[in-house]
Amino acid sequence: MTALLELRSVTQRFGGFTALDDVSCSIEAGSISSLIGPNGAGKTTLFNVISGLVMPSAGSLGFNGTDYTGRRPDEIVRLGIARNFQQVRLFPALSVIENVMVGAHLRLPRTGLLDFMGGPFNADRVDRLARSIATEMLDLVEFKSAGDTHPQQLTLVDQRRIEIARALASDPRLLLLDEPAAGMNPSESNQLGAIIRKIRDLGRTVLLVEHNMRLVMAISDHVSVLSAGKVIATGTPSSVQADPAVIAAYLGNV
Amino acid sequence: MLSSYQESIAIFLGVNVLMAFSVYVPTSAGLISLGQAGFMAIGAYASAYLTSRFTAFDVPFGLALFLGGAAAGIVGVLVAAPAVRIRGIYLIIATLGFGEIVRVLFVNFEPLGGASGLSGIQPLTTLSWVVAICLFFFVFLWRLRSTPLGRAFVAIHEDETAAEAMGINLFRTKLMAFGGGAFIAGIAGGLYAHFALFIDPSQFGFSKSAEAFLFVILGGSVNPLGPVAGAIVVTLLPEFLRFLQDWRMSFFAVLLIACAVWRPGGLISYRRAAHP
Amino acid sequence: MVLLQQIINGVMLGSTYALVAIGYSLIFGVLRLLHFAHGEVFMVGAFIALCSVWFLNAGPVLAVVCAAVGCAVLGVVIEFVAFRPVRRRSGGMLAPIVSSLGVGLLLQEVATNIFGADQTRFPPQFEATVYHFGSLFVTSTQLFILATSFGLMLLVHLFISKTKYGLAMRAVAENVDVAGLLGINSNAVVVLTFAVASALGGIAGVLVGFAFSAISPFMGISMTIKGLVVMLIGGLGNVYGAMIGGLVLGIAEVLTVGYLASSYRDAFSFALLILVLLVRPQGLFAGGLRAGH
Ligand SMILES: Nc1ncnc2c1ncn2[C@@H]1O[C@H](COP(=O)(O)OP(=O)(O)OP(=O)(O)O)[C@@H](O)[C@H]1O
Ligand SMILES: [Mg+2]
Repeated sequence: MTALLELRSVTQRFGGFTALDDVSCSIEAGSISSLIGPNGAGKTTLFNVISGLVMPSAGSLGFNGTDYTGRRPDEIVRLGIARNFQQVRLFPALSVIENVMVGAHLRLPRTGLLDFMGGPFNADRVDRLARSIATEMLDLVEFKSAGDTHPQQLTLVDQRRIEIARALASDPRLLLLDEPAAGMNPSESNQLGAIIRKIRDLGRTVLLVEHNMRLVMAISDHVSVLSAGKVIATGTPSSVQADPAVIAAYLGNV
Repeated sequence: MLSSYQESIAIFLGVNVLMAFSVYVPTSAGLISLGQAGFMAIGAYASAYLTSRFTAFDVPFGLALFLGGAAAGIVGVLVAAPAVRIRGIYLIIATLGFGEIVRVLFVNFEPLGGASGLSGIQPLTTLSWVVAICLFFFVFLWRLRSTPLGRAFVAIHEDETAAEAMGINLFRTKLMAFGGGAFIAGIAGGLYAHFALFIDPSQFGFSKSAEAFLFVILGGSVNPLGPVAGAIVVTLLPEFLRFLQDWRMSFFAVLLIACAVWRPGGLISYRRAAHP
Repeated sequence: MVLLQQIINGVMLGSTYALVAIGYSLIFGVLRLLHFAHGEVFMVGAFIALCSVWFLNAGPVLAVVCAAVGCAVLGVVIEFVAFRPVRRRSGGMLAPIVSSLGVGLLLQEVATNIFGADQTRFPPQFEATVYHFGSLFVTSTQLFILATSFGLMLLVHLFISKTKYGLAMRAVAENVDVAGLLGINSNAVVVLTFAVASALGGIAGVLVGFAFSAISPFMGISMTIKGLVVMLIGGLGNVYGAMIGGLVLGIAEVLTVGYLASSYRDAFSFALLILVLLVRPQGLFAGGLRAGH
């Protein structure tokens, strides 16, 4: 097994505050890895670094053997890393299916100048392709409502599903999921676990940030624990669960 | 048949519809421009120069219009390259400044008549040209919404960060929105020049830009029907308000304030569903 | 010496830009909104002064006071008619632009219908005394303008840094909610801001009337544009930046006219604007509605 994602000594400072402190870790291709840690530990910040929304103050990022530190977020999606957002960020003006079609953006014929001129008169073919990708992804995340509704009309749980579908539509090798189970009841989170496994079985690698320990322990191959910006433990779910440092970090918090 | 008066109103309306489209395109990607008259001026001067001063070739009207639009579009892209990194209020003031710069440059550019303008332009703009071009852009923009580029515009408008995280190149997409809008403004300028037959820099001042901006804000920017509605209302309203004589603009001004208060999204806007 | 003379003229012109831009900065600082009728308030100030001269036989000081009071009232009316209702419905950043453009059109048409579309002569207010300082000369009009505008800038400084009203304004500019918790009535502060900003704009209008002896209903538009540009150059919402930006622009314009061509005069302000946006988009003096550091 080779490392798909490799973080080397990533440090992220916001003013005088150090949100990530010398974080190094690697994610194996084809695995489901989880990142856990108390509130404010820096998990979302780490996702922002990996997906290029913030530029790390120090350290480097490697994906599939190449250094991609400093690339723009859209280039990083093109490399094969897609994400959802802890605070759902769907496009309210677009319908559910159109939201997911935006995710399929980079798999469609390029939107260059020629496309601007010819695009609208060639729209049906491209549209059909985008639509079929989107429908497939919505099926995959077991989204059951109509595709032409607008996201605000749906429950938060459904909106999270759509965001996962939108991220999947770009055909990523690595999928970053930030608290996808937040607000889900036990049966919904079981269903989500099955979906994440299915995504992994389709050949994608998943990095999961989650507070729902039952879900994390059930599906993860590896678990890393982040506390106050530092990785304090890494290992299999059971070894991490037994680690005294982890217990201390959580007890200090809960 | 239309009387010649009605025909000139219709042509004028068509030019305004195109100006409205030229604001609509960048607006749909979240870029507000208060300087579209600058692009209109570039298109007007370029095409008028080609048809009436450029004697080496007999440039057909359609080509002159296209080249005028292209000149405006290229300037649009060049201007947008630094400008799209600017946001919100800064962008509004920057585009406003751009429009004024273009005007001042034409005032100082003697080969195109300077402050006294360019006259003797051939009367080539006919109602059929205007209708055909408006229809073309209407259909184009209508269909653009169901292309990847059109959706990218909306995505950027709604949430730049999420759009970028979905693989949309913000810089390139915004450049296209701005350049596309400038291109349409250039075409509108070409049609205007060959209808007015005389152009001077003062015709392309801030009020022209503000007017085009109002078409879209009044009409709405959800789809191309909004700018059309806005242009129709603003262009034809004064015709229906002739009885108000010197107070026509005041009526219009009150209408603007009322719209800002009661329909801030424009006449044609989303029905935003309440959050569950 | 010619250069120094030009600079004096530039400072005079620039001080009127500064007064307008300070108004923009106050309003932007407190509300985060652009007021596209502020130039028209400036124009109305000039006409109020003209009327006071016509009908009240006012001298320069009374004319300035009339314009200040009249425009303060006008500014408050604009806030109630065009800004507050839009704000209450949270029409975003664009709706206030639309409504203030509407107000601008309205004021312009009212002024045109009363005074005519042409330039109106503004009767000279001062003996044509010229004071010589070596080879420099300053007219009494210029002295009055310089004294008034710099006096006002000093007052603005004292107002926002020393009085409790100024403090309240700064508090609202920093954070409306926190200001509310501190017991500051933010609506009252906004009204006060409009009154002060509009009074300054109106006075600038009178001063321009004094300086050029002619005013017109259309003189507001270019002031709207220049005021915005100066505010942006100085740093959005920064009152001191607006003062310095206004002076810089005035001097630059006068020098452009003197050494280049008068038709390039306006080009300068926009070139400066573009330069600032490219090099230092936060403005030359970033920061909010602050007292001196
Ligand atoms: N852009 C930013 N500027 C300043 N501070 C930030 C920024 N982003 C995050 N932080 C700070 O970094 C710390 C880590 O935040 P982060 O959102 O990564 O935590 P988290 O582990 O995702 O927490 P949660 O479980 O609550 O989602 C927090 O203290 C937060 O306030
Ligand atoms: Mg988080």
